[in-house]
This record gives sequence, structure tokens and C-alpha cells, in this order.
Amino acid sequence: MTVTVEIARRGSAPRERRWVCRKCASEHDPAVVKANLSVCPACGYHQRIGARERISQLADEGSFVEYWGHLRTLDPLEFVDLEPYPERVREAQGASRLTEAIVAGTATIAGTPAVLAVIDFGFMGGSMGSVVGEKLWRAAATAADEDRPLVAVASSGGARMQEGALSLMQMAKTTCAVDVVNEARVPFVAVLADPCTGGVVASFVSLADICVAEPGALLYFSGPRVIAQTTREALPADFGTAERNLLLGHLDAVVPRAELKGKVANYLRLLKGGGQHDGPERYGSSRSRGGRTRRLARYASSRVAAAFKNPGSEPLGGSGAAAGPAEEPPA
Amino acid sequence: MNLSEEAERLQGLLKSRRHERRRHDTWLTVQIARNKDRPRSSEYIAALIDDFEELKGDRLRADDRAVIGGLGWFDGRAVVVVGQQKGRTFDEQTRHNFGMAKPEGYRKAQRLFALAERHRLAVLTFVDTPGAYPGVAAEEGGQARAIAETMLAMARLSVPVVATLIGEGGSGGALALAVADRVLMQENAVYSVISPEGCAAILWRDAEFAPQAAEALRPTASQLLPLGIIDRVIEEPRGGAHLNPEAAARRVHDAIEEALTDLEQMAPRERRLLRRERFRKLGVWGGEGLLP
Repeated sequence: MTVTVEIARRGSAPRERRWVCRKCASEHDPAVVKANLSVCPACGYHQRIGARERISQLADEGSFVEYWGHLRTLDPLEFVDLEPYPERVREAQGASRLTEAIVAGTATIAGTPAVLAVIDFGFMGGSMGSVVGEKLWRAAATAADEDRPLVAVASSGGARMQEGALSLMQMAKTTCAVDVVNEARVPFVAVLADPCTGGVVASFVSLADICVAEPGALLYFSGPRVIAQTTREALPADFGTAERNLLLGHLDAVVPRAELKGKVANYLRLLKGGGQHDGPERYGSSRSRGGRTRRLARYASSRVAAAFKNPGSEPLGGSGAAAGPAEEPPA
Repeated sequence: MNLSEEAERLQGLLKSRRHERRRHDTWLTVQIARNKDRPRSSEYIAALIDDFEELKGDRLRADDRAVIGGLGWFDGRAVVVVGQQKGRTFDEQTRHNFGMAKPEGYRKAQRLFALAERHRLAVLTFVDTPGAYPGVAAEEGGQARAIAETMLAMARLSVPVVATLIGEGGSGGALALAVADRVLMQENAVYSVISPEGCAAILWRDAEFAPQAAEALRPTASQLLPLGIIDRVIEEPRGGAHLNPEAAARRVHDAIEEALTDLEQMAPRERRLLRRERFRKLGVWGGEGLLP
């Protein structure tokens, strides 16, 4: 197995160590690779990146404000396998310098305000436990309340075994969070990064308005090993790859990392761009009308927070005519 | 000095005994939950639902026999029933794919939920699956999205929804039919994020440690109740539901009846919001302090 080396700190030791591509084995200066968004300059292999690096690539410089970093992982099941769960968490925290497998907050993406949530595979395989689920809920609720689009970047092995059925419940919880976002008509874009599997891809990620993946990312619910063990089927060589999923109709696009920020920003602008032409009757609901008008005003002025706190604005929800479940059959 | 050492030793012994006991009990429950004589969804439907009319197909491409569904009467109410079906004989198990649904099974559930919503019928689900089917065709047919969309469809219902776990509640494949207002669980059913064997293979690097994994995962009804994951434990006849299926069905009936009666007092919008709230609260985390 080849080894990838990341530079730990800027401007410290001289960079004599080389970055070796896991795919084509070509060697490069780590600084060059980093400047190339951690994509191999020779073959275009997209190396997995952590949440912080992802945020610095997607968010406008200095715009990211982290929220909910105070939430802490507990050990409700007192789970012990070969080592106790709290120890595994501590090790992951030490190795990743994150408190949990997700980093979330607000940012602007090419000028468009958004709520950004990034799941980091480097922290216990990006697994979703109670804290990841709760942060995703809060990100979604904030997106809905403040009328900011939600952007989720997920690189995850699925649910976190060490929190047992509580982790399983995060699939339902984050699905309900998507319902909140949908009800508020706030855009939701998901970026699937390598790998995106199990309970994460089978919940909120797949429910986004737009689902895109990075080149070469592996995406599946059940992995090749489980399939081979259970069914003994022969797997296609490109099983689960983003490119194959695109052909099968499960993705909107496969987007190279260099184009990701621009694409996401475009999606958000387009999804938020509706409604200018809304006559009062066009969408036929007080919720939609009030929301759209306020949203556009805020959007134009870019003073999201100030406008939202305007005491003159009526509460969301109104008569409930639009959001009433009877008028909105389950999708 | 000697005395306190002795006390410590005994306490340690007691603790390890308790561990052993819990491991033994949990593993026993897993075995009962998987017992092939355990009543299946079809048997609860036969016992609890009058004039059941099975409705087949996902209206897209197939009829998945791992999921059965239809219309019927439950205590005088017209309801939509959806259940995962395992089968008992080898032929039945093969026909029903051991209760492992494919995307078409979840899509069948979704279209039945839509039917329930349109006609204001309560939804009853019976959960009994080792998990969603892990096959190439299922994966490439959109298994992940099928599960996610089924959960979302359930979350959006405004009619009463009661899910009952009657055997194996295997991961996302089970949860897809359990995003309900009330989640009921039989005493000897299990509900878990991963099978004990799967968990042992990953964390212990050896599937032989399944009993240890089962204990660690805490998948039994009595362990899940305090976490709020389920709302009620349905007691079973002594030794398990398979030893007295009629008595087991009566208790399942009573629990569903009670839940439905309760849910019928609510407004449609309220049911939906409270269901969302029910799942929002699930999870255990710290560091909250006094922050909102």
C-alpha cells in the first residue's frame, strides 16, 4: 500500500517529503498537491480530504462561522469492543483535531449565504452517531429558519456502531430534518465524497434537491464484501463508483473538485432564483407568497440576519394552507 | 486491609458475572427473534386484520415478496398494512427472500403509504427483516434512495402510523418501515444498527464474537425502551411468541389498539409534527450547558 503524506503545519520543516498518488503512484511536492485541492496533478485522483480543508475549499475566505462545536460525544451504551468507545473517540479527536465527525456552520459560497455541514471520514470513518445527527438537525433547522440553503458534504462509512440503535435512529432523524428543509422550501445540495456508504447515503444525503459526487467516489448502501458474502454475486469492476451511479441515474452530476464550489454556488442561486415572477395566485399559497417575498428582499440586500430579525415580518407557517399534509402527498 | 481486597475481588467477580448473564440473555433473545417458528407478519395480519385484501406491486417494475401489504379492517377501522415477510419453510423463505426487501419492496411500501394518506387510512407496519437485500441489482436499482424515500414518506404522513417490531429489526432495512408515531416492540424482538455477526466481523475482526457484539449493541426491547427508541414493550407468552401465537397476537392487538385510539385524538398536522419531534429527540449527547 502506498502512503499519502499531508503537511502538518505551514512554514515549519522543509518540505523534502513527497506526496505519492495512491492511484498512479506518481510523486509530487505536497504543496503543489494541496494547491491543486488535493487532487493528483498527474492523473486527477481525488484524495480524501478532511472537513477543515473541504470548508476552506468551498466557503469564501473568512466567511465560515462554526456552530454547535460544543456538542460532545457520550457513551450511552457503555460500548466496549476491543477497546472502550470513549477511548476510540479520544484517539479520533487526537488524530483529526476535530471534536466529532462533522463540522457545521454558516458561510457564503461564492457570495451565496449557506449553512454548510461537512462529514469527515478521518474521524471514525465519518460515522454518524448522536452528535452528527444532532448537528445535522440543527444545520437543517437553521437553514429553514434563516432561509439559507443547506449544503452537506458527506464522506462516511455509515452509522456508528458504538452507539447502537441510537445511531440507526439518526437516519430517521436526519430524514425528518430534510422534511423541515423541504417544508420551508430551502434549497438542499448534497456532495457525496469518497466514500459515502451505509446509513448516511440511505438517509438525508440521498434526499437532497441536488446530489452530486466527486470523481471516483465510492457510493453504496451495502458494500462489495457484504454482497459477496450474502449473494456470492460477481461485482462489476466499477461497482459503486460515482461514474457508474451517474449512468444508473442516481446522481445529478459528477463534479471535479476544481469545479465544485462554482457548481454548488450555481445550484444555490438557481434554486433560490424562483419566485420573482410569482403572481399572488401563481403558487396559490400564503406561506409561499410571504416566504418568497421576504426571501427575495433579504436575498437582494444580502443582509440576511438583519432582515430575519425584523419584528415586522409575520411568522412562518401562516394559515398552514400550503404546508398542510393533506395537500402535500408523500413523495 | 485483607477484607477490603476480598470485597473488591468479589465485586469484580459479581460484575463479570452480571456481564456474562447479560451476554447470555441478549444472545438468547437474538436466537428467539430469529427462531423460524416465530409468528410472521402474515400470521399477525391473519390474526388481527379482518377481510385483508393484499395489494401487490410497486407500480414501477416488480412485486417484491419480501414485503406484503394491503387493506383490511383492524377493530372496525379500515387500515393499510405493510409488513416484511420472512416465510418459514425453505420454499417460503426463498419466495420471500428471507424478508430482505429490494428497492421495489420499499417502493411498494411508499405507494401504499400514499394510498393511506389519500384515503385517510391509518397505517400499521410489521417489521421483521435481517436487513435490506444486499445484491448488485438492488444496489444499482437505488436501494439507498429507496430506504431514504420510504422513511421520508412515513415522516410526511398525517394519518396515524403504528410500527410493530415482531422479530429481527435489521438496520436501515427495518427502520424504513418504522418511522412511526408509535414504535411497539415485542419482548423477544431485536432492533439494531448492524447484525451482531456484522458488528463482530468489523470491530472484533471475527464473526465468532457475535454474542459479545450483541451484548454491546443492546438490541433488546427492554434496553431500547429507556432510550426512547421504542415506545412500548409488548410482552410475549412464556418462552417466546412461537410457543403460543394466539396469545402473542392478542397482546400485539391490544398494544396497537391502544396506540391507535390515542393517535386518533390528534389533528393530522399535529400527528405529523409530533412524529418529527419524536425522532428529533433521539440521540444522547453532552456539552449542552444552557445553550438553546
